[in-house]
Amino acid sequence: MTTLARGRRPSPWHLVLAPLAALMLVPLVWMLITSLSTEAETRRFPPGLPATLRWGNFRQAWDQAPFGHWLLNSAVVSGTCVISNLLFCSLAGYAFARINFAGRQLAFFAMLATLMVPFQVVMIPTLLIVKHLGLVDTLPALIVPNLVTPFGIYLLRQFFLSLPVELEDAAMIDGAGRVRVLTRILLPLMGAPLTTVAVLTFLSVWNDFLWPLVVTSTPSTMTVQLGLATFQSAHFTNWPLLMAGTLMSQLPVLFLFVIGQRYFVSSIATTGLK
Amino acid sequence: MISPSVLLLALFGMVPVVWAFVLSFQRNDLQTPARWVGLHNYQQLLHDPIFRDSIRHTIVYTVLFVPITLVLSLVVAGALNRKIRFITLYRLAVFVPVVTSTVATGVIFTWLLDPQYGIVNATLHKVGLPTSGFFSSPHDALFAIIAMTVWGWVGFGALIFLAGLQSVPRELIEAAQIDGCSKTTAFWRIQVPLLRPVSAFLVVWLTINALQLFDEVYVTTKGGPLDSTTVVVYYLYQEAFAYFHAGYAAAIAVVLFVAIAIVTVVQLRVARDPAAKTDA
Repeated sequence: MTTLARGRRPSPWHLVLAPLAALMLVPLVWMLITSLSTEAETRRFPPGLPATLRWGNFRQAWDQAPFGHWLLNSAVVSGTCVISNLLFCSLAGYAFARINFAGRQLAFFAMLATLMVPFQVVMIPTLLIVKHLGLVDTLPALIVPNLVTPFGIYLLRQFFLSLPVELEDAAMIDGAGRVRVLTRILLPLMGAPLTTVAVLTFLSVWNDFLWPLVVTSTPSTMTVQLGLATFQSAHFTNWPLLMAGTLMSQLPVLFLFVIGQRYFVSSIATTGLK
Repeated sequence: MISPSVLLLALFGMVPVVWAFVLSFQRNDLQTPARWVGLHNYQQLLHDPIFRDSIRHTIVYTVLFVPITLVLSLVVAGALNRKIRFITLYRLAVFVPVVTSTVATGVIFTWLLDPQYGIVNATLHKVGLPTSGFFSSPHDALFAIIAMTVWGWVGFGALIFLAGLQSVPRELIEAAQIDGCSKTTAFWRIQVPLLRPVSAFLVVWLTINALQLFDEVYVTTKGGPLDSTTVVVYYLYQEAFAYFHAGYAAAIAVVLFVAIAIVTVVQLRVARDPAAKTDA
């Protein structure tokens, strides 16, 4: 935005931004440092750096709790939700944007209304439904309420509306059906909104805590967030072990975020520009 | 084409909403069949001192968390909105908490804010400021949660503001500068007022999330010490899943729902009113 960057002289803004960035990173850096310390080293005042780097803490955390299994559960649950949201949200978004069916208006407003309802309000009834379906404490229980999200439908509908109808009309005259039009012509144009739906679904399901807490109880069905919380109550003040576990639980998303920062940022920014 | 979505949304969207209202007029322990109790749950809520406290804590939390996060986000976004070396790294550092889970945030801050061995107290001690019990102090626990969640949300706010700032046409700023306006003045007088819709969205979004605070409380204080951090959703959770008063919890959920709806509508009204203050 500013034109300061042109000159050779470093911008004075580094003096603001470097400390700011450092301050924001303190919690994560301290997590890393602690994860490589001994327990004795965390019981010193004032705190300091570890004498040697104890990578064994990670091994120990990995052995003491099924982090691998939890990460896999999280990946299965959020992966399934991402795929089903991409599928269902584009189908429904297309229908809401283009097909005139009876009760469309009503269905659309009903959907928008559910968008406004906080999860805590529907949590208990959702649990009772899952119970009736016999799914309590299973991975499907974590998946089914998130198979399709009203926000995704809404977002994709807006994008379908912004595309010219002529595009579809031309294809339909040439004999293409609706599904063909959708998959061959429209969806390839929607890389950005589909990425947004994928990223937002992934983040919200991966980082969700309350629903897994309510609906799962055995370690083998837990997601990594709930697993981490139980790991915390099991090793309450063993900070090196706890920080190693916490770091491991965050690593996959941190990694994805660092390599795909652009996509994450533009997707999250979309929430603010509705 | 639309039917699978409609079916799913009906089952996991509409049905639970209606059911939540129905539940709030029932006694339900999640095991045995429910029993009608009329308005009993709501009457009980009116005389429940813990519920009243949980509302107070939630309001204190929201009233501090939202403006602090909003202002810090704006300032940080303003600082990040320039093309200099390492800016991608600076942004990465600020945005990383956005993808850090609430549970991880809670575990990490429990360690940072450990009264005895945490680095925050060590730093406070070093610069001669009073230390604190943080999560173990009934006076400070709620404020510790505010500080922790501000860390978690400033990146999100800055990201949204930054997107807003970048959509302000550059010509506007340049024209103002030609007219002798300093960069700082241009930021506060031109860019910030243009961010009004973005600010309105953020206020609503942060408020909704603040009123729903749960994860961070569960991981750090479990509502304690001495119930000093029992917020509405935490109380709801306890009633439903620790005491199996699901009907009573549903009544709390309905009250929360109505409160959030009212607050959102009021905020959107104020944001739309051109005579109102810019960032509310």
